[in-house]
Amino acid sequence: MTSIGTGYDLSASTYSPDGRIFQVEYANKAVENSGTAIGLRVKDGIVLAVEKLVHSKLLVPNANRRIQTIDRHIGLATAGLLADGRHLSNRARDEASNYRETYNSPPPLKAVADRLGLYVQAYTLYSSVRPFGISTILGAVDNSGPSLYVVEPSGVFFGYNGAAVGKGRQLAKTELEKLKLSELSTREAVIEAARIIYLVHDDAKEKDFELEMSWIGDDSGGLHVPVPKDLFDEAEAKAKAALENFE
Amino acid sequence: MDHFPTNWGRPRNDAFDAYGTYPIAQRPKNDAFSAGVQHTQQPIVTGTSVLAIKYKDGIMMAADNLASYGSLARFKDIQRLHAVGDNTVIGAGGDMSDFQYIQTILDELMIDEFTSGDHQTLGPAEIHEYLSQIMYARRSKMNPLWNSLLVGGFKDGQRFLAYVDLLGTTYSASTLATGYGSYIAQPLLRKAVEGYEDVLTEEEALKIIENSMRVLYYRDARSLNKYQVATITEKGVTISESRQLETSWSFAEGIRGYGAQTQ
Amino acid sequence: MPDMVSIAQPIQQSFNPYTENGGTILAIAGADFSVIAGDTRQSEGYNIQTRYAPKVFRLTDKAVLAVNGFAADGNMFVKKVRQRLEWYRHAHAKDMPIRAIARLIQTMLYARRFFPYYVYNILGGIEEDGTGAVYSFDPVGSYEREACRAAGAAQSLVQPFLDNQIYFKNQTPAPGTSFPAHLPLQTVLSLVIDSFTSATERHIEVGDGLEIYVVVAKGSTSAQGLQNLRGVQELTATDDGERVFVVRRELKKD
Repeated sequence: MTSIGTGYDLSASTYSPDGRIFQVEYANKAVENSGTAIGLRVKDGIVLAVEKLVHSKLLVPNANRRIQTIDRHIGLATAGLLADGRHLSNRARDEASNYRETYNSPPPLKAVADRLGLYVQAYTLYSSVRPFGISTILGAVDNSGPSLYVVEPSGVFFGYNGAAVGKGRQLAKTELEKLKLSELSTREAVIEAARIIYLVHDDAKEKDFELEMSWIGDDSGGLHVPVPKDLFDEAEAKAKAALENFE
Repeated sequence: MDHFPTNWGRPRNDAFDAYGTYPIAQRPKNDAFSAGVQHTQQPIVTGTSVLAIKYKDGIMMAADNLASYGSLARFKDIQRLHAVGDNTVIGAGGDMSDFQYIQTILDELMIDEFTSGDHQTLGPAEIHEYLSQIMYARRSKMNPLWNSLLVGGFKDGQRFLAYVDLLGTTYSASTLATGYGSYIAQPLLRKAVEGYEDVLTEEEALKIIENSMRVLYYRDARSLNKYQVATITEKGVTISESRQLETSWSFAEGIRGYGAQTQ
Repeated sequence: MPDMVSIAQPIQQSFNPYTENGGTILAIAGADFSVIAGDTRQSEGYNIQTRYAPKVFRLTDKAVLAVNGFAADGNMFVKKVRQRLEWYRHAHAKDMPIRAIARLIQTMLYARRFFPYYVYNILGGIEEDGTGAVYSFDPVGSYEREACRAAGAAQSLVQPFLDNQIYFKNQTPAPGTSFPAHLPLQTVLSLVIDSFTSATERHIEVGDGLEIYVVVAKGSTSAQGLQNLRGVQELTATDDGERVFVVRRELKKD
């Protein structure tokens, strides 16, 4: 943290002499502290999974969801500040709704990701605001098939076959790279996603966590919905079993 | 119900107020307010009757595929039945552009409900209430949506069938008909359905609907022999492909002044 | 010739936001009870829209509101009154007294003086002093407390009958006797039922079904006769005061 005390990190509208914007880098730190979120783009669908760290046993189970629905066919998972994720998902819903109103057709994910990228980037330009402390995984099955994007705090966004953000992203990416994503069915991807989340969870350091999973594909009728309970339970059981074999 | 959509919402000729109970002054046509914003409108491209009945397993609704431009049969492949979610169908008579606008706001509403992710879905009763509030609010702004709508549905084991129109008037009954159908089909439907709502099978219901649509086609000059039927049951919504009506016009030959003259 | 208004006009350019949905309502106040009734037919012109559309609504355990005229306005008005009564409950932890509801209704109606709710309201219930009350309103909020009132399509048929039977108008008491100030519940119920069967006979917009609400004061003996009445149902929500009943009857459907 050589940036601290230099005075170049006080505003998102100030560059450091070597051309960096420290406020954006700090925003990335907020993401790195968060439970892992992953997204898989497979043959016929999308799977999103989140390692939701439970800070207190007093919390209601399944409260504070980090996977949200943007449109019938679009899902969003965030890593970082929870409230920022909520705000951005509301913005994404407005963008999707606007697209529908203008073109009377379901928005392609590219269009929504593009608009969200612009929106997030605008928060890196002014001293009066703070950049978003989240990385956002967007998944959809639109008329061009399954697609997956990640929007970062800087406002840049890239398309991915497999995406991972948050604390355990490095290990998750390594695991994702081992998979033949383009050959996986959505059902198989759910099993893999659960396994990866359980694998990257560090129970030495962290307390409890809840697994959150959603999917979009033929099995869900093209809708973004939570993974059905029976499949979820199966995936979670297999993930726990795989973890024991791994160790 | 006046079956000419152009007359809807206008004063009735038969409303001669024998008891002088109307305290409402009719505003002069050219008073100080007439220069302001005027929302006054009339329907342009119109659909005619919609019919619906309750039967054993749910609701059956029908409407033809015609949208008229005055007396011109302008569009002959218009959809006047529209599914809203998995439990509801709405059917519309009156202005078709207003109806298509209603479809878009309902679709938007359903997406908003879906994305909220609270696992609650709007059923026919909620959709009817929402529609009623919109229709009443628009009439109160003197800028009505020029339709009469039927809302039919089945949710949580309950059948639902209700009406709402451009004035925000609402009601519910086991048989409903809009437009010309309220004169021609409603008596037929009441005779066939009232008291039998819980025993009529889908086949019997379809027969009743089909027969009523045929009578309407014979008598309503703004109707078409191409129509769709929707059913809403425990299993969900189905809206049929367009189907043809079997009609026979051979009797016309025997009418003096119409068929070949014998004398 | 009295001033009779014809609505028939040359084809008018503007949209008419009103219609008239037929039906009739009435209310009669007793010494310690109040009866509020309405038929359930809803019509437009010569069409019966439905045979069951309630016009009488329980507001609280001590107040019942009957609305008649333009049904869409009526339903919206009842909805707004109920909302105000709920807010009152949240603020004061009790039901609004009926005389306050009456004034509230006048305020709400007059607020729409230049785009009125085209509705005739009759409010019936029990006053704070335990007496039966009837308040009647015109569409823009003029109101008064009365012993009885009929409104709606068959007002002109029913009101003279009530004047004769409740107020004993055009009757002279037998020498040495006087007319009672209040009638017992049994008599009132008979009058209500007769009023509606007669109105059904003579007016095409009245019929199908009848809903008679009875609000009875705390500790009144009037409630006893009600229990074994045909088609009666108790709607009381609390157990410490007034009681509300509804009696449902059929009317001719032709």
